[in-house]
Amino acid sequence: MSSEIRFTDFKSDKQPTWCPGCGDFGTMNGMMKALANTGNHPDDTFIVAGIGCSGKIGTYMHSYALHGVHGRALPVGTGVKIANPDLEVMVAGGDGDGYSIGAGHFVHAVRRNMDMSYVVMDNRIYGLTKGQASPTSREDFETATTPDGPKQAPVNPLALALASGGTFIAQSFSSDAMRHAEIVQEAIEHDGFGFVNVFSPCVTFNDVDTYDYFRDSLVDLAETDHDPTDHDAAREKILDAEKEYQGVIYRDEESVPYGEQFGLGENMADIPDGAPEDAMDLVREFY
Amino acid sequence: MPADFNWAIGGEAGDGIDSTGKIFAQALSRAGRHVFTSKDFASRIRGGYTAYKVRTSTAQVQSVVDRLDVLIALTPRTIDENLDELHEGSVIVYDGERTTMQDVEIPEGMHGLDVPLKRLAEEAGGAIMRNVVALGAACAVTQFPIENLDSALQKRFGNKGQSIVDNNKEAARAGQEYVEENYADADFDYHLETTDADYVLLNGDEAIGMGAIAAGCRFYAGYPITPATDVMEYLTGRIERYGGHVVQAEDELSAINIALGAARAGARSMTATSGPGIDLMAETFGLVATTETPLVICDVMRSGPSTGMPTKQEQGDLNMLLYGGHGEVPRFVVAPTTVSECFWKTVEAFNLAEKYQTPVYLVSDLALAVTEQTFPPEAFDMDEVEIERGNVVAEDDIQAFQDESGKFTPHANTEDGISPRSFPGTAGGAHMTTGLEHDELGRRTEDTDVRVEQVDKRARKVETAKERETFDYREFGDPDAETLVVSWGSNEGALREALQMLQDRDVDVRFISVPYLFPRPDLTEAFEAAERVVVVECNATGQLADVLERDTLSRVDRINKYDGVRFKADELAEEIERTIEANQ
Repeated sequence: MSSEIRFTDFKSDKQPTWCPGCGDFGTMNGMMKALANTGNHPDDTFIVAGIGCSGKIGTYMHSYALHGVHGRALPVGTGVKIANPDLEVMVAGGDGDGYSIGAGHFVHAVRRNMDMSYVVMDNRIYGLTKGQASPTSREDFETATTPDGPKQAPVNPLALALASGGTFIAQSFSSDAMRHAEIVQEAIEHDGFGFVNVFSPCVTFNDVDTYDYFRDSLVDLAETDHDPTDHDAAREKILDAEKEYQGVIYRDEESVPYGEQFGLGENMADIPDGAPEDAMDLVREFY
Repeated sequence: MPADFNWAIGGEAGDGIDSTGKIFAQALSRAGRHVFTSKDFASRIRGGYTAYKVRTSTAQVQSVVDRLDVLIALTPRTIDENLDELHEGSVIVYDGERTTMQDVEIPEGMHGLDVPLKRLAEEAGGAIMRNVVALGAACAVTQFPIENLDSALQKRFGNKGQSIVDNNKEAARAGQEYVEENYADADFDYHLETTDADYVLLNGDEAIGMGAIAAGCRFYAGYPITPATDVMEYLTGRIERYGGHVVQAEDELSAINIALGAARAGARSMTATSGPGIDLMAETFGLVATTETPLVICDVMRSGPSTGMPTKQEQGDLNMLLYGGHGEVPRFVVAPTTVSECFWKTVEAFNLAEKYQTPVYLVSDLALAVTEQTFPPEAFDMDEVEIERGNVVAEDDIQAFQDESGKFTPHANTEDGISPRSFPGTAGGAHMTTGLEHDELGRRTEDTDVRVEQVDKRARKVETAKERETFDYREFGDPDAETLVVSWGSNEGALREALQMLQDRDVDVRFISVPYLFPRPDLTEAFEAAERVVVVECNATGQLADVLERDTLSRVDRINKYDGVRFKADELAEEIERTIEANQ
């Protein structure tokens, strides 16, 4: 079946309403390519999307999908994967969804190490509400709600993931289509929580973190001697205030995903027509 | 009715009060006696005052009363707290060798049994068994065959090795013999007979957990909160045997979303919490309803608002459960009225959720959650459990539920409002759904016609349920009585006993206990047939009373209790009589 699947099979017939030039187009294309390249089928794939421009992605892709409440996409994906481990679960959202309203869930999803992937479209701005500061906005980034800048350090999502025991931490750039798709593919293939922070520029409200900025400043780790299995080296890159990196920054080869830890494997949708056969044993326990 | 007997052990949190009380309750249950337990406890791990009370009879008991026959007091405060309930002839067991208990004064007319609990326990193998020594003493006072206690000790300590069990049995005998030797002349007025009946002993949270497994629930996500945690603890270690799993989430916001995810994947899924958690879950409740996801959300009510009194009884969440959440959200609200009904209503909640693809609030309260009650095992006959999954579409039939372009229609605008459901992994069933208003395909829309169509469709499911299901009430007492008492939740047991007391005083009452709060039975005829209606509930404002007044376009009298303590049968009988008199 896998060889017949093309990435366009993951595309719906709805036309995106993202602004022309939005980074989310490239982010989504890479997700679809990565899903097809890893042999997944839309009928066996579940996409969970958060709220914001990025959250619209479930509408533009074709698969089983849920577009939920702001910030809670990761918990939904967690439940889907536990209930049916055969499904490929991918969660997508933005920097506001993942690192602000959903930051608590992000930390715990990383810890839990479910075998699923999480793609964050990080544009360092709130786009859908028309340009307010996001948790990854620069300290001096002027917006409607922060006329003199937020005056607080931006969240470093990669550091947050590493501190939470992340087993796969990567960063990509939506405009570098091939590398982005490769990195998301690695996240899918990882045995555990595959986290990719994607620089996905907002062409309408962010004139600082632009395509040009990322094109000029990003360092591709694939072109360095970085060893992603080296935790110390990963920490150094993640905390490097001078540079921004693209590529797989950290990968724990010993990662044991949640489902394996707990011996999950059954599709929980399959149940008998009545109580389990030995259910009276449950009653007898109370003698 | 055979005489009932009331027993309690009290001390500080950390004194092992709960487990000791449970052992005694278990011993009584194993001796074929009915048991109804209650707890006085505070939300702290150590210190304070906590007590475990056991009411027992050879007939069914279903409430607590204001009377205490035997009290094991580990602290002086235990005696003070219970002075109102102790009476002439009551027995107080205490350890006079304990520094704090040296100067204890036993009220006149009561028996004070000074038993060296700690010393006897040490002689039997360890001071930790001092409460078991007290249980042995209680056996002596009540002529209760100590073999029943042995059996309960075996169950409690069996997994810790036979020598621990034997030491405990010895400790119990030391207490029994001490009383028999040192208080041989005392004339105690208690005799706990045994019967051949077999009972099981469980609380409301356990009944909900067991009901969930019976109903095919395979997934639970929750965040610990008193008094709902026991549901999660029951399922943990048991649901796995049936291929299920429990997740302890980072908070309630996450818990309900994880449970929602599992339900989208096709699992029968639930979460349980209490008021503060319900507030958080209200965020996602609308999403569950508008995406038409079957989910059982259990609220074990406690005293509010805010953190309120976490270990105290209240039925204050009704308005929240009926109306909570922005926008207009179809739902079911089902509230079991007894511990055994906690089991059956849980089974029903899962069926309602899946048949109508709608969230179901399963509402219990602290009094049900912490009460251990005896039932014949047939009360939980697993053969009676039926599982109805609703309109789940198999792969072979999927084409019939696709639109002309071959897309599955998860929100098809059907006549009865119920749309097809395809589990992820079903070929040809792929679809999205969203918390945004959506069309039949589950895609966002702001089209005015489609909006109205979908709102009506979701509301129609509730109308369909009203036609197909029986949302009835439970009735007790005299159907022709002038006085109609209506209540909900755990009050049923106390009210049934109050009815008996009132009947003994020639006061006839009709009692309707309402387990379905939305949709709920129409009580108009019952209200019109009565001279007066009294609505009884554990809250300050009378939330059910308000709803019923509106339903029936009438006025009711109200009995409200919101001091954190459940209704007692004798107290209710008096209150009802007073209300009748005030209206004459």
